[in-house]
Amino acid sequence: MEYTWDFKVVTDNFHILLRGVGLTIELWAIAFALGLVLGLAISLGLLSGRRWLRWPAIGYVEVFRNTPVLIQLIWFYYAFPIVLGHQLTPVTAAILALTLNTSAYCAEIFRAGIESIARGQWEAAKALGMTWRTSLLRIILPQVGKRMLPAFTNRAIELAKVTSLASVLAVHEIMYQGRLLSSTYYRPLEILTVVALVYFVLIYPGSWLSSRLERRLAARD
Amino acid sequence: MTDTLIEIRNLHKYFGALEVLKGIDIDVRRGERIAIIGSSGSGKSTLLRCINFMEMPTSGTIALDGVTLGTPRKGSGGTVASAERVYSERELCGVRERVGMVFQQFNLFPHMTALQNVMEGMITVRGRPANEARDRALSELAKVGLSDKVEVYPGKLSGGQQQRVAIARALAMDPEVLLFDEPTSSLDPELVGEVLRVIRALAEEGRTMLLVTHEVGFAYHYADRILFLADGRIHESGTPDEVLKNPREERTRNFLARFTEFGF
Repeated sequence: MEYTWDFKVVTDNFHILLRGVGLTIELWAIAFALGLVLGLAISLGLLSGRRWLRWPAIGYVEVFRNTPVLIQLIWFYYAFPIVLGHQLTPVTAAILALTLNTSAYCAEIFRAGIESIARGQWEAAKALGMTWRTSLLRIILPQVGKRMLPAFTNRAIELAKVTSLASVLAVHEIMYQGRLLSSTYYRPLEILTVVALVYFVLIYPGSWLSSRLERRLAARD
Repeated sequence: MTDTLIEIRNLHKYFGALEVLKGIDIDVRRGERIAIIGSSGSGKSTLLRCINFMEMPTSGTIALDGVTLGTPRKGSGGTVASAERVYSERELCGVRERVGMVFQQFNLFPHMTALQNVMEGMITVRGRPANEARDRALSELAKVGLSDKVEVYPGKLSGGQQQRVAIARALAMDPEVLLFDEPTSSLDPELVGEVLRVIRALAEEGRTMLLVTHEVGFAYHYADRILFLADGRIHESGTPDEVLKNPREERTRNFLARFTEFGF
C-alpha cells in the first residue's frame, strides 16, 4: 500500500496533545483514589450478614460490571442530570462514572481478598482485644493489599486506558485532543499512532513498577 | 480481688441444632492450672473458646473476677438455642484483653516480624508508646528463647518457633488467664518439647491457665486439676492422680487406655 507518512503535523502540534495529558492524569487519579475508598466501603456491604446491606451492594456491583463503560459515561452526562435536576460538566460526569465503575471492580477485589484471609487471623486479632474495625485495618487489609495487588494494578491500568472514552463527552483529555487534531489536519494515522504511544509511555512504567513491587512482596514471604 | 477468677455456670452452647456444651459448671481459682482432656467433639475447644468469647455462649453465665458478663436479653425465651444474654463489643474486647489465648494454628500475623507481632497488642489495644512496647516485646521473646529471631517473619520460622512467638504475644498483654487451645497438636513431634518447656515455665510461675491438650503426660505433671470432657459435659474432675491414675468412670478409663495401648 502506498502511503507517505508525515509526522510533521504531530511534531508541530505536540503541545496540543500534551494539554490532554494533564486531564487524563486527573481523571485517572481521582477516579482510582475515590474508587478504591468507595470500593472498600461497598465490599463491607458485600461481606455483611445483613441482607439489606448485601443485596444493594451486589446489585450495584453487577450493574457497573456488566454494562459498557461507554454507556455509563453517556448516561451520567445525559440521563443523570435529568434525575438530579441539574446539569453536570463533562469532566464531573466523567469522573463520577469512572469512579463508580472503578469502585464496583474494587469492591469485588476487596471482597475476594478479605474472604481469602484465614479465619484464624480474625481470631488472633480478636483474642488480643482488638475491635472488628481495628482488626480489619491493622491485620486483615494489609494482608489483602499484598495478596490482591495484581488485581488492583490491573484495574489501575484498565482505568488509564478507559479514560480515553471520556473523549465522547468532549472531555479534553488525550484522546479528544488527538481526534481534534485528526479532524483538523486529516492525518489520523500519524496522529493516533502518536496518541497510542503517549498512552504507552504513561502506562508502561506503572505496569513495570507494579510487577517489581509484586516480586519484592512475594520475596518477603 | 476474689480468689475465684472465672466462674462458669450452666454453660450451654448450640451450633444450630447441635448441642455441643450441655451445662458446664466450673470455678477457676487464681493461680490454678487446669488441663482439659477428652475426645474430639467432646466440646473441650468450644468450652475454652467460650471463656474469651471466641464463641458466644447460648445460655449460662461466665463471670470474670466476680463480674458476670453480659446482660440478660429482654424478651428472651423462644427456641432453646437462642442466645440469652447480650454482650457489647466493648465489654468483650475488655475481656479478651485480660484473657490471653494461644491457638493450635499459631495465627501469627504474617505481614509483621516476630517482634512486631508481640508488640501489636500493646500498641494497638493498650495504646502503649512504641519504644515501651518494643522493650517489653524483646524481653518476652527472650523469655521464650527467640532473641535471635526478632526481625524474622513468621513464614521463615518453624512451627515450634511460631508457637513460642504466639505465647510471647499473649504474655505481652499481661493476661490474668492464659488459654491454650491444643497448642502442640499442629507441631512435629520434635518441636513439641520446646513449646511444652515454655508452658511448663509459665505453669511454674503460678499463672492461671487452662490447657486443652492431648499431652496427658504433661498435664499429669503440671496441672492442679484435670477435667475430662465427654459429650459436652464434665465427665470427671479431680487431681491428676485421681483422674489419670485412678479414674472413677469407665468412660475416662477407656479414653485413657489409648495412651498406654501402644506404650513401651
